[in-house]
Amino acid sequence: MNPTETDGLLQTPLTGWNRARGGRMVPFAGYEMPVQFAGVAAEHAAVRERVGLFDTTHMGEILLRGAGVETWLDGLTSNRVAGMAPGKVVYTAMCAPDGGVLDDMLIYRHEEREWLAVCNAVNRARIVDWLAEHARGVADLDLEDASDRLAMIAVQGPASAVLLDRLSALAGVRERISDLDFYAAHELTRPGGNWLVSRTGYTGERGYELYVPWDDTLPLWEELLERGHDLGAAPIGLAARDTLRFEMGYSLYGHELSRDWTPLEAGIGWAVRLKNREFVGAEALRALKRDGVPRRIAGLEIHGASVGGRERPAPIARQETPVYAGDRRVGFVTSGTKSPSLNRSLALAMLDSDRGEAELEVEIRGKRHPAAAASVPFLAPRVKGDPAAERS
Amino acid sequence: MTSDDRIYTKEHEWVMIEGNVATVGVTEYAASELGDVVFIELPEPGAQAGLGDAIGTIETVKSVEDLYCPLTGEILEINEAVLDAPELVNESPLDDGWLFKLQVSDQGELDGLLSAADYDAMIGS
Repeated sequence: MNPTETDGLLQTPLTGWNRARGGRMVPFAGYEMPVQFAGVAAEHAAVRERVGLFDTTHMGEILLRGAGVETWLDGLTSNRVAGMAPGKVVYTAMCAPDGGVLDDMLIYRHEEREWLAVCNAVNRARIVDWLAEHARGVADLDLEDASDRLAMIAVQGPASAVLLDRLSALAGVRERISDLDFYAAHELTRPGGNWLVSRTGYTGERGYELYVPWDDTLPLWEELLERGHDLGAAPIGLAARDTLRFEMGYSLYGHELSRDWTPLEAGIGWAVRLKNREFVGAEALRALKRDGVPRRIAGLEIHGASVGGRERPAPIARQETPVYAGDRRVGFVTSGTKSPSLNRSLALAMLDSDRGEAELEVEIRGKRHPAAAASVPFLAPRVKGDPAAERS
Repeated sequence: MTSDDRIYTKEHEWVMIEGNVATVGVTEYAASELGDVVFIELPEPGAQAGLGDAIGTIETVKSVEDLYCPLTGEILEINEAVLDAPELVNESPLDDGWLFKLQVSDQGELDGLLSAADYDAMIGS
């Protein structure tokens, strides 16, 4: 079944469940999505300490098939996808000729000639058009926007491995799903259409993402919650998804990532491979590297007033909050919140590279507050935890 | 049930009157609706404030709300403890989470505030 619309908003196979189970529903990228269930702090802690389930069906899934995909796709991605082994996943940006980021995405290679690109909901139409435009005249290449028939569930947290092993039993699969390597994927043969599972996620915890046919989604979701009950499995909304990714310093489109900035500026320079490659935007990125990257995403900690030798809580520096070095405006905040895990007011900010050594301040509601450099990630990722240790 | 030992504003503040001094805080309903308070700004003692003036801020993870002055007068004292521990507003909105004290300059303004019963009716409880 394809997504239906209510009040002009698209629904996922879990929209009814999300609503009925206390999800506070908001419009997000054209979909009706839950922003929170039990509360951001409780949901954030559930993922850091136990296991959380996310409805991420709003993400775009584009299938790419044919012998022509490999070389062609590598000409559009900042990271190298040519030569990927089947069963592997790569994170990449897709850039415009000026190097600006059109979107960031995961690229899966299922088999020699079958690929999947998973992009942000907000950029889905742009990326589908971009790929179609560049595919014109390319031999042996087939594109399909499968977003309306594939749903997506993320299972994230230290107990995710245990939960996924229970799912293996349920799905009648012999192999232990949890044994997947980080950024590896595996297809499970299912009667209603295959399920794809990958060891990926957006929380910094050990976790998995599942792509399943529309009609399999609700029963799978309910089964995961039921089988994960003793593990503390809980549904997680978009708000906690944001605080979880923020603590890891993962760049988010519309915040750190923008059409106006290159990946080198936007905190994902590690996903740019320029050596012996040509792709759309590569020339601009080479020039930027040669001439110097003028601005970059950096971490900040906002400090409160010091009274009687103790520091008071600091305000939150939200997106757009200006950052100053003395009298000079040197950038602005792209994401900021009070970190639920660290209980500190932290921010990611786009800062001029030539800002000098002056102490930084943020201006919030007309008042300056000290902002110290803070290393990113703010909290150490635990994505590569040992499943054996977690099983015992 | 809202306490009837004080009066209320439409902006979800409570006001307790002792002589010419008004103690002000936010209601239990507001504290619960706001969610976890992470930062508070209060006026300086000695400041003159008018009825309805935005004189401070209550910030939660999801929003920033203005704090309005319920009556005209001079700020006498602020609760330093909530500046150190904003969570007091959630934990004890009616007692330890009080925000500021005000010297009331026009007792007539009290008539414009709500009784506990009126406030309950407004929030639909």
